[in-house]
Amino acid sequence: MSSARTEILARVRAHRPASAPPVPRDYLPDVPGIDVVEVLVDRLADYRAGVHRASAATLPGVLAGLVATSSTVVAPPGLPAEWLAEVAGPVLRDFPGAPISVADLDRPGVTVVTGAAVAIAVTGTLILDAAPDQGRRVLSLVPDHHVCVIWTDQISGGVPAALARLADPSRPITLISGPSATSDIELNRVEGVHGPRRLDVVVAARS
Amino acid sequence: MRIALFITCVNDLMYPDTGRAVVSVLERLGHTVDFPEAQTCCGQMHANSGYRAEAMPMVRGFVDTFRGYDAVVAPSGSCVAMVRDSYPRLALGDPDLESGVAEVAPRTYEFAELLVDVLGVTDVGAVFPHTVTYHPTCHGLRMLRLGDKPLTLLRAVGGLELRPLASAEECCGFGGTFALKNAGVSAAMLADKCGAVDATGAEYVVAADNSCLTHIGGGLSRRAASTAKPIHYAEILASTGSAS
Amino acid sequence: MNGTGNIVALRPFPDAARLELNDQQLRTNLRRATHTIRDKRLRVVGEVDDWEALRRAGAAIKDDVLARLPELLERFEESATRAGAVVHWARDAAEACEIVTRLVTGTAAREVVKVKSMATQEIGLNEALEAAGIEATETDLAELIVQLADDTPSHILVPAIHYNRSQIRDIFRSRMPGVTDGLTDDPPALAEAARRHLRAKFLSATVGISGANFAIAETGTLVVVESEGNGRMCLTLPETLISVVGIEKILPTFSELEVFLQLLPRSSTGERMNPYTSMWTGVTPGDGPRTTHIVLVDNGRTATLADEIGRQALRCIRCSACLNVCPVYERVGGHAYGSVYPGPIGAILSPQLTSSGANSTLPYASSLCGACFDACPVRINIPEVLVHLRQKGVDAKRGKPSAERAAFVSLSWIMRDRRRYAAALRAARRGSAPLRGRGRLRRLPWPASAWTDSRDVPLPPKQTFREWWAKR
Repeated sequence: MSSARTEILARVRAHRPASAPPVPRDYLPDVPGIDVVEVLVDRLADYRAGVHRASAATLPGVLAGLVATSSTVVAPPGLPAEWLAEVAGPVLRDFPGAPISVADLDRPGVTVVTGAAVAIAVTGTLILDAAPDQGRRVLSLVPDHHVCVIWTDQISGGVPAALARLADPSRPITLISGPSATSDIELNRVEGVHGPRRLDVVVAARS
Repeated sequence: MRIALFITCVNDLMYPDTGRAVVSVLERLGHTVDFPEAQTCCGQMHANSGYRAEAMPMVRGFVDTFRGYDAVVAPSGSCVAMVRDSYPRLALGDPDLESGVAEVAPRTYEFAELLVDVLGVTDVGAVFPHTVTYHPTCHGLRMLRLGDKPLTLLRAVGGLELRPLASAEECCGFGGTFALKNAGVSAAMLADKCGAVDATGAEYVVAADNSCLTHIGGGLSRRAASTAKPIHYAEILASTGSAS
Repeated sequence: MNGTGNIVALRPFPDAARLELNDQQLRTNLRRATHTIRDKRLRVVGEVDDWEALRRAGAAIKDDVLARLPELLERFEESATRAGAVVHWARDAAEACEIVTRLVTGTAAREVVKVKSMATQEIGLNEALEAAGIEATETDLAELIVQLADDTPSHILVPAIHYNRSQIRDIFRSRMPGVTDGLTDDPPALAEAARRHLRAKFLSATVGISGANFAIAETGTLVVVESEGNGRMCLTLPETLISVVGIEKILPTFSELEVFLQLLPRSSTGERMNPYTSMWTGVTPGDGPRTTHIVLVDNGRTATLADEIGRQALRCIRCSACLNVCPVYERVGGHAYGSVYPGPIGAILSPQLTSSGANSTLPYASSLCGACFDACPVRINIPEVLVHLRQKGVDAKRGKPSAERAAFVSLSWIMRDRRRYAAALRAARRGSAPLRGRGRLRRLPWPASAWTDSRDVPLPPKQTFREWWAKR
């Protein structure tokens, strides 16, 4: 008996179409004529994420305000230390050699602060690609509160332009568009199922 | 311009008034209409029910009959969609038929397309002092993209009051043999359509297909509360107000 | 080779539909839900200026994949293996279940957490795991509802679409451990109950099972598109991840996602983007599962590929937009189709994957209104395939006599000739003359009684059109 692999590939070879016409690529490579910052802010608010504005100088203050009531602040290994300079409570760093346990991430009142790789304005999407300022996927998943910092120069207009900016598609990638939600009850959106129930996004300008 | 009328089998037997209305409107606009008597049926019912081999003689017959005309007009979105959308696929593999279809199919128009797109007319000088609601039939809507062409023509009719139909673009449940093979589902769709028609309180329910109107009308006449009468919009366009 | 599993209808569609039509609550629920999603979809699709260009690109990319499928599958296997995944192949549902069961049994786990996946529904994985003594917990809210209710899914995207909020509350009250009678039917309260119920399972599970929306040949990456975060939990927390993937899910390169991540969310939940999309490639040390398996499943897909017209069904990205706009689905719901793939796409996919049994009635479960084709983000011409499958069914039975065939054959014989046709019209007009005084007909003998059960029939007038024309 031949293997399933051999058999399936033989059947695909026997049955596939001879050829396919070329793929028309006349869709837009990006969304033209929009203010990407304003559109992103609008779309995030539409998903009921908290949206906050900052500059490099005001970022530590804004972050400190957002985590003021948290029991613990969790940070990925490469999150710049100066971002959290004004945080009053304890900050727990997740290091590759000494990862924070899932049980600790799941404790009440934990807030995680991460950066992001890219954002998509028209869909209100943050893309995390596990770079050192974002860390492991579990960090932005288990805590009940996620604060994500996106720099204005990381925002693209549309999906194609944003995906093209990802450095390495083989890294773990997570696209986040608003807080966790479901449409399973009468096809209406309800926020807050399994991911963080609160998502705060700080849209920061470098200067 | 040589205009041929394709009456369609349903209209020929059941709704000759619709055909007469098309002729009357076009003649009023100064055109001559030809009726090639060799015409029969477009073959849609056969093809859509899976009887392709049985449909092919009708496809060939249509192409032979209507070759050479500048325009072929039919008061049925469904039959025109069969010719324009399905004929090219059915003809594949038969070069003679392919070229015949390529010649005839693009020149085959639903009545509103002929008036609005080809002849450039939106006001045909009709008068119809009644309340009507318009049901866009599926094949006209989605295969021919008739859009609001029939509505544009109706809006220009003197005295006519158009009432919007809820969920207008939803199928009435006819679907040819679907109404027999899945009679229960078809009847459920029809009941909702009839309810929407009733809710308008209009005197007439108007469409571009008498087959769909047969279905809707057949449902309405079973409902004690329903008063709307089915009518093809061509008959409204032919009306000059003396009788309804 | 035919597909097997939960894709074979046991009852002819008209019979199954009749049962569902009797359920007034079901119709009310379906109507509300499908109309909600229709409006949302139209709104977000209307925002996209290049929607039609994206649809054309999406269709063409999928067609290109089908034409290059052997090479792309080999490329995917090679890339995924290099990235640390183990790739398996399964000819049908039974083989796929056998592989997954063996993999789970190979760990110490007796419990697995599942991300909603059509592929695992299709192959009947939960039943197979249960038979092997392994408890599979569905973690998508709707799948959980269906699982708790001992029911089967009735929609591709929203398996519990046939329940309203108070029915869901009742299911939770009676079946979900720890839920009290105080639970209300407020959707956020219901979602919170599901969160609490599943949290412990997520944190302790050692094996996760998923499907995939896309599989990238170039990189070996799998993509899961979801909303609730249950997917992220299952894909990230367990030590072992097993993903069951249909062979048609392949995309050549990562950049093709730029098309599908625009088409899929707007078409499915009517959102600009779904809350979460996860992409992973093999194993990443320190982040996520330490072992990942990918089971590539045929289960009737290669048979479908063989049909020149029907193979476009393999473009399907399981968005369920066609279900949500279908007037037939709206009236009967998903169970009537007897397969995990209901609605218009199911009516063309299920019979092609299996080509047997009551599935042969599915191509007739449509009025050919065309709303599905308009809504399909990858331009599957569902009405065209429905008609094509009807034709294949008719042709396959050419040798057997039937009343329907006899009627169509004789009608064709009449209609292909102008004289016979004109004579038939005349005969029909004359034959009905004695009845004319009675107006519309209310009852006709079988098979036309299917019409007159709920509709009247008008009678032909005194003159056909051609008779009028001849005399004018």
